[in-house]
Amino acid sequence: MTLITETEPQSFVLLRLGDRRFAVSANQIAELVAPSRIFRFPHHTSEVEGVILRRGRIVPVCDVAEKLIGKGLKSRRFYLIAQRRYGAQTEWVALPVTGDCELINAEMTLPSDTDAPHVSGWLSHAGDVIEVLNLAALTPGPGEIALTAAPLPPQEARP
Amino acid sequence: MRPLSPTPKTPAARSEQIILFRVSGQIFAVSSASVQEVRGVDSLSGAAKEISHPGLRKVKHFVRRGENSVYVVNAAMHFGLPPAPPALVFVLRRTRTALLIDGIEKMTSMTRLQALPLAFCHEERDWYRGLTALDQTVVPVVKPDGFLTPEELFLLDASLSQEAEAKREAERNAQDEPDTSITQ
Repeated sequence: MTLITETEPQSFVLLRLGDRRFAVSANQIAELVAPSRIFRFPHHTSEVEGVILRRGRIVPVCDVAEKLIGKGLKSRRFYLIAQRRYGAQTEWVALPVTGDCELINAEMTLPSDTDAPHVSGWLSHAGDVIEVLNLAALTPGPGEIALTAAPLPPQEARP
Repeated sequence: MRPLSPTPKTPAARSEQIILFRVSGQIFAVSSASVQEVRGVDSLSGAAKEISHPGLRKVKHFVRRGENSVYVVNAAMHFGLPPAPPALVFVLRRTRTALLIDGIEKMTSMTRLQALPLAFCHEERDWYRGLTALDQTVVPVVKPDGFLTPEELFLLDASLSQEAEAKREAERNAQDEPDTSITQ
């Protein structure tokens, strides 16, 4: 017998990467924006392409397509700005997506032990079975620091 | 007549003077207060001595400053950028680093420094104090003490000590050797 644990209906944002759709819990989404200029500078975190400026904030752009569909995106239609938690701190990350996003209500099936760490659950929607993404497992971050870091307010420049 | 009430003033944003500089076409910022001297590379050529450590290709020269050795770091190699002929050297205050750069873009000021997003989780956390937005562009603000780690400084100091010891040993050997020149 297979035990399927479903939760109460929740809101999810469906995003498209190439031919596939994925879901993120709607309460983790800040906004959907048109692609803007990416500012690049030297660094060694390969999952981060660069940063964009959005509402005065500097937001890292993380292309998660390589991990999810096995290839990076050649074109992108929007950036889905999501809230990524690092311990007690929350920061925005921009996820490039290739198509329109959709807000749905659905019941999530909890993941099994055999699911990949980036899967926080499953949805059944319009005949598709869709992975709900765990952004903490999908986007980079200093793991050990994240658990202990206190929230950092934006720094004022020192004279 | 009522006295004029003082106009409420919003506190002025604190600003920090910065120097925007170029390395292989990439713009970086450094606090002006962190730069002790700006010199042309030609002016270094007399004072700089060579040093080589296989694990630290970004340092090829050092300069003696009193008791200390100041190591000359090639900024392009440090950041993994394509090599470009450097024209200037920043001697960085309160560090033992002199930085080879291509040129100065301009001096300006920043009013807000945003911490490097936590998504950046490798060496860059040691390289940058943060990011600042200037004229609708984003510029990384470097940490003056992020160009050489304490471990790298230790290796460079050890390398210099070994070279000095080897030189002293060679001089002692030269003095101890019997004069084998043939005189007729």
